[in-house]
Amino acid sequence: MEGHVVSNAVVLLLLAVAAWVLRRVGRSELWREAGRELLRRRPLALAVLGAFTLLALLDSVAWRSPAEGAGYRPPRSLVDRIFPEDFDEASYSAPLADVEFYGGAALRHPGRHWLGTDILGRDVLHLALKGARVAMLVGGLTSLIAIPLALFLGVAAGYRGGKVDDAVTFAISTLASIPSLLLLIVLIMVIGRGPLQVCVALGVTSWVGLCRVVRGEALKLRELDYVQAARALGASEGSIVRRHVVPNLMHLVVITFVLLFSSMVLSEAVLAWLGLGLDGSWGQMIDQARDELARDPILWWNLAAASSFLFALILAVNLIGDAVRDVLDPRTLREGP
Amino acid sequence: MLAYLVRRLLYGFVTVLGVLGLLFVLFFLYAEPIDIARRALGDKAPQAALEQWVHSHGYDRPRLEQLVDHYRSMLTFDFGRSDADGTLLSDRLWRGAGPSLTVTVPTFVLGVCLGVGLALFVAYFRETYIDRAGVVICVLAMSVSIVLYIIGAQYLLGKLLRWFPISGFDPRPELVLRFMALPWTIGVLAGIGGDVRFYRTVFLEESSKDYVRTARAKGCGDGRIMLRHVLRNALIPILTHVVVAIPLLFTGALLTESFFGIPGLGSLTVDAINQNDFSSLRVIVYVGSVLFVLGQLLTDVAYTLADPRVRLE
Repeated sequence: MEGHVVSNAVVLLLLAVAAWVLRRVGRSELWREAGRELLRRRPLALAVLGAFTLLALLDSVAWRSPAEGAGYRPPRSLVDRIFPEDFDEASYSAPLADVEFYGGAALRHPGRHWLGTDILGRDVLHLALKGARVAMLVGGLTSLIAIPLALFLGVAAGYRGGKVDDAVTFAISTLASIPSLLLLIVLIMVIGRGPLQVCVALGVTSWVGLCRVVRGEALKLRELDYVQAARALGASEGSIVRRHVVPNLMHLVVITFVLLFSSMVLSEAVLAWLGLGLDGSWGQMIDQARDELARDPILWWNLAAASSFLFALILAVNLIGDAVRDVLDPRTLREGP
Repeated sequence: MLAYLVRRLLYGFVTVLGVLGLLFVLFFLYAEPIDIARRALGDKAPQAALEQWVHSHGYDRPRLEQLVDHYRSMLTFDFGRSDADGTLLSDRLWRGAGPSLTVTVPTFVLGVCLGVGLALFVAYFRETYIDRAGVVICVLAMSVSIVLYIIGAQYLLGKLLRWFPISGFDPRPELVLRFMALPWTIGVLAGIGGDVRFYRTVFLEESSKDYVRTARAKGCGDGRIMLRHVLRNALIPILTHVVVAIPLLFTGALLTESFFGIPGLGSLTVDAINQNDFSSLRVIVYVGSVLFVLGQLLTDVAYTLADPRVRLE
């Protein structure tokens, strides 16, 4: 199966899952209330996050145009289709320039590269927009790996106790005692450098924190009156976990998801710096541009574009994370504006 | 107390055994020996050379023998030689420790002092514009990647303002400050946002407690309350935050070191990545974890020193 077909299918699947989750969540007055409160507090940050999500989805839907001439045509995504098909220049050009940066030869598309072009003549705005998909992949896929793992093992350890608890606690303390960046590097070195492998490595290093929290909370929930009552009424263990334990952990999951997301995207930037990141990420753009500031005259647009996109996404997610924590967890101290 | 320490040490030892087990699974069971050889020698190496490499580095011995050898060499800190260039790994670790500590210890001390100081300042002005602005600045600072701090600070302070040399390292005391000022600044900057916010939350939580109100009712000044009451009582969460980070000082600031050409453990790690040197990587991770486990033990001891109510049982 070709890559773009898979990614189109994944987009459909994601939309379906999102619709299902929204419907499920929409039934509960408490979650609806939390959603409204979040929207009231952080409209701008949510809009920024929404824009990046939309970009990522649009960039994941791709198809091959019917070939006019001979030769191979790579499939182009909706984001690619915003730009003309043959948009590359020979090398660097400044934002909105009419001529090349070195040499001064005329550009093929004068004045149309809003953020200039990079060393290979690729349009920087185009690359930066495409970076949204990689960032979302890193944040999203990692969370999809880490959260179910943490939830399952945490509930099993906290609710079940006994041998399971011992085993999970041992696993947690072992993983937690390896400095996380080192663990990340080792995992990627050993299992490989592809996008899936990097996300798995990030997932493996990040489930520990949530698992510890979930375990503690499940331990507490086990003793609560309504769980005891359900048990006395003869509810099966499975249904107690499903109906009473997991729903009461969900706020922790949502909070952790948001916090994980930004730390994962930032970690990816660090990995890209070490040459272990994902292709096309903002981190990789920054890594490739690291020497450009040392030139004279300086080439600033590559670095500026990648880092402002990265900064905008992380800032939005951080702000949303704070608001989510305030809205969902009444015990934490309310802080900030 | 002693019984507790012994038990904790034992538990820490078991954790380290677990880490070693994980490393064995990753490096000896998951990674194919021929693959390790190919990474070390390059894709184009002939099959015979690969097999020769595997044999001479002992990756073709029985698994059990490798397992025993792995545990023995790690636990006795007899790390052997690097797969990549045959140098003694323990030598390299010792040589790298000095430069790494030169980078990280001052960064750490400065960071903690500045962080606690700023957080106290912000918490003192709680519910005012100073506090709000402080939180906003912290969130902004937290959202910038460390990679950008490095590039930006080097460009601004090193190239534009020419305050510091752009990169390099010199262990002579009179030159250390010159070369290290830039890495130190970057290290402090990169961590300060999150730290200040964390400390501020701790301080605010502490200052909403009853004893603070009592102190205020008795006519104690705000500044005195902050320094004598809140700061001292907030030490416990701060200690946890701080002490756990101490062992990380040894493994160094990976990015800063490689960017500024400081020959420390961070650079060693980056070299190991670039050369696909699994033997070095294994040792660095192991040493990092041992130190981390010791750090956690240290935290517990620090608790009793900071808070006489805490009894280690």
